[in-house]
Amino acid sequence: MTDEPLLSLESVDTYYGPIHILQGLNLNVRAGELVCLLGGNASGKSTTLKTVLGLVNPRNGTVRFGGEDVTKRSTSYRIRQGMAIVPENRRLFAPMTVLENLQMGAYLHAGGTKEDFDRVYELFPLLHERRAQLAGTLSGGEQQMVAMGRALMAKPKLLLMDEPSMGLAPILVERSFEIIKQVHESGVAMLIVEQNANVSLSIADRGYVLSTGRLVLEGKADDLREDEGLRKAYLGR
Amino acid sequence: MNWNLFVTELVAGITHGSVYALIALGYSMVYGILKLLNFAHGDIYMVGAFIGFGIVTVFGGAESLSVNVWVLLLVMFLCAMLGGGLLGVLIERFAYRRLRNAPRIAPLITALGVSFFLENAALLLLGGQFQSYDSYGWKGGELWTRGFTLPAGVHVGVAQVIVVAGAVLLMILLTVFVQRTQLGKAMRATSFDREAAAMMGIDVDRVIVATFFIGSALAGAAGVFNGLAYQQVWPYMGFQAGLYAFIAAVVGGIGNLPGAVVGGLVIGLAQSFSIGYISSTFSDAIVFLVLIAVLILRPTGVLGRAAVQKV
Repeated sequence: MTDEPLLSLESVDTYYGPIHILQGLNLNVRAGELVCLLGGNASGKSTTLKTVLGLVNPRNGTVRFGGEDVTKRSTSYRIRQGMAIVPENRRLFAPMTVLENLQMGAYLHAGGTKEDFDRVYELFPLLHERRAQLAGTLSGGEQQMVAMGRALMAKPKLLLMDEPSMGLAPILVERSFEIIKQVHESGVAMLIVEQNANVSLSIADRGYVLSTGRLVLEGKADDLREDEGLRKAYLGR
Repeated sequence: MNWNLFVTELVAGITHGSVYALIALGYSMVYGILKLLNFAHGDIYMVGAFIGFGIVTVFGGAESLSVNVWVLLLVMFLCAMLGGGLLGVLIERFAYRRLRNAPRIAPLITALGVSFFLENAALLLLGGQFQSYDSYGWKGGELWTRGFTLPAGVHVGVAQVIVVAGAVLLMILLTVFVQRTQLGKAMRATSFDREAAAMMGIDVDRVIVATFFIGSALAGAAGVFNGLAYQQVWPYMGFQAGLYAFIAAVVGGIGNLPGAVVGGLVIGLAQSFSIGYISSTFSDAIVFLVLIAVLILRPTGVLGRAAVQKV
């Protein structure tokens, strides 16, 4: 075992045009770890995920994945190396069937093997039932399953999740996080971006708190839950 | 009722409509994936038609063909589709790609510029006169004397059968490609949500290039089909055909592939029936009336759906 983290961002600066979004961000995720990234609106959480995935390129700094500098690499390359994402608002391909959505998740693996589908259907038996249905006709909770299943089709080492609780009823949020925990326990490392600090810290190993593009706090999830400042700012108690 | 006229116009409408449908498919595919009205698309059809004409000339010209007609047709289609496809890819690479994140008016104006460029380049290289495939003269006119006769005594030549059957075959192949293959599915995914497709590791640039290649290859084939059935080729032929195909795509629901086929047939039939029953002078007006009527009654097109997104 090496101590090198699976993912690390080293003093990353990301801009949208002239606007400086991420300011010297340092962050890492070790293999098999569940890390959450907290922060309010416009704190740079989603931009962090886009930078990790290569959808935007940092002006300065390094993104390392699996010990390799991937800063200049394409999104396709990074996904091939073992990243996958459950995007904000799920972003399903609404006019395509559930099955086709899952195949798109495994696009770089020729649409997925039978084992890949079996694995996902075992986790979400409902998706097997609904495989011929158009994704856009599913309910919000079902769409969340498709989005997770689709990401898992890529057999990721690191799963990025952007606001998995957004737009879901509280009961579904709970269910969603149970599944996240289950996937995590199968050995997949995760980086979860959330506004819902309470529920994400309850399952995370570690957490980071972003505010206007800078890290303001980091530590073990349990310590963060006890942190007075964070509680005041984000947990609303 | 004059059945002979009716059936004649029906056959002409379906033949013309098949050509429009093929062009409209490419229009719609490119629109679906880039939200760009590729006004140069009609000119790719023109280039395909000239490639076909060039091959007829290379093989000895209409009167003294040195090869079997079927070999000739095969070579014509392969070259026109390949040539059209490559031209489409070049246009995407050099004219549209760098404008992908520009305001939408910029690529639109650029598309008009590419269209003028292609028309005038053809004018410069090939001259402004009409050229003819003269398919009536191929090997004693076997493509026209052979065929079958419909009720009401309307003769349908093999050439017309090739146009309609060929267009249907290409449409079936396209449907299978888009529905069944990974790349075809990636096209649908990219056209629905480009960023989400990129998040799946789909190489969006490659998908866009493939879309331009296939759409433009269909336009190239349509150019040869048109020459086969209607003989004439000239540098500005892409303007009217491109306009009609655009109308066909809008009538069917732009971005919707079955819609492009339906729209192509509607426009082809509207054109030939107005020529047959009213006057060829008014056929453009009738075609535009169809467009206006569809836009009033069903703004999303016959098969188009309003974009409703569940969040």
